[in-house]
Amino acid sequence: MSETARSAAPQIPREVPRAREMRSQLGRARGLGAAHGGTRHWWAQRLTAIALVPLVLWFVASVLHLVGAARPAVAHWMAHPVNAALFAALVIATFHHAQLGLQVVVEDYVHADRLRMATLLAIKGAAALLGLLALYAVLKLAFSG
Amino acid sequence: MAEFNLPANSKVRAGKTFAAPAGARRVRAFQIYRWNPDNGENPRTDSYEIDLDACGPMVLDALIKIKNEVDPTLTFRRSCREGICGSCAMNIDGTNTLACLKPIDEVKGPVRIYPLPHMPVVKDLVPDLTRAYAQLRSIEPWLQADTPPPPDAERLQSPEERRKLDGLWECILCFCCTTSCPSYWWNGDRYLGPAVLLAAYRWISDSRDEAAGGRLDALQDPFKLYRCHTIMNCTQTCPKGLNPAKAIGEIKQLLLEREV
Repeated sequence: MSETARSAAPQIPREVPRAREMRSQLGRARGLGAAHGGTRHWWAQRLTAIALVPLVLWFVASVLHLVGAARPAVAHWMAHPVNAALFAALVIATFHHAQLGLQVVVEDYVHADRLRMATLLAIKGAAALLGLLALYAVLKLAFSG
Repeated sequence: MAEFNLPANSKVRAGKTFAAPAGARRVRAFQIYRWNPDNGENPRTDSYEIDLDACGPMVLDALIKIKNEVDPTLTFRRSCREGICGSCAMNIDGTNTLACLKPIDEVKGPVRIYPLPHMPVVKDLVPDLTRAYAQLRSIEPWLQADTPPPPDAERLQSPEERRKLDGLWECILCFCCTTSCPSYWWNGDRYLGPAVLLAAYRWISDSRDEAAGGRLDALQDPFKLYRCHTIMNCTQTCPKGLNPAKAIGEIKQLLLEREV
């Protein structure tokens, strides 16, 4: 090939611009289909929210009642089955509601699949452990009273 | 993660100003988003000063006047100019609405006009809605019934049954609601958005349709449906006065009803 013919040849760019995704819009919209879930999550979030209204009011009133009390008095209060049961219900509802709500936030804003899965597992694990810890504290206090 | 900053090539800059003709009495500035895919430039806002005494009352009248008399390169969709085709949906004065139904007088100060938010822009005020249309197609918005229609008549519906469609059938699919929804902005690839969910509920509510169960199955998904957090932008922005948020709430209620 002569020098002139080579210079006259069209310059082909190394990277040809092209669409990264040629899948049809309908295929993308259908995606992997429906997960057939979410209803129970949504319902549990609302139920725990409603349950927490009286439980938190009861908790605030109880704390105000116990302000300045000595440890044996608090343990005695917690040893009452109704108080222990309500406190345990408060702990369970709080941590369950918190992890349900945080899951929604993560699903909204974290788009990388693996990062989302890891964040959700961390949140749910932390909520479960903190909840168990709080329940253990309730029981320990209750049985010491 | 969600993007909170525009990429550098999407930052909107100040553009040209087209002054009002001499002798104009009631001058109003229209600041309009401009972007041309062919010249590689950033988007800009051009300002057009219009004499309202020589212009129709609606924002669409001003856009048509600008295109006809001032700047023929301005690109936008319009067709019926009476709020039934949904073509001229755009963001006017910070709210998605139809340019043909939006009186200029309702806007204080300069009229800022942008394309529907968070959709790819084809040019100027023309958004790319192909994804939203495909999402509508995915919910199969047509009558599905195994019972054959009577051979000599249409499928009948009582007035009570027909009334259940009021507030649903009027949707013109302008996608003002869907593009106003932050959940759709962040998760539009999976969340169906208010317009499509309203259409789905329209078919679930239709007494002649026999596929409600399958329709609910297809919606029961943390992303397709449950990204709705009742933000209510959809209902606030709907230029036809419909309530997509309520329709979505009804879908959630039906899903619960068949589960508990």
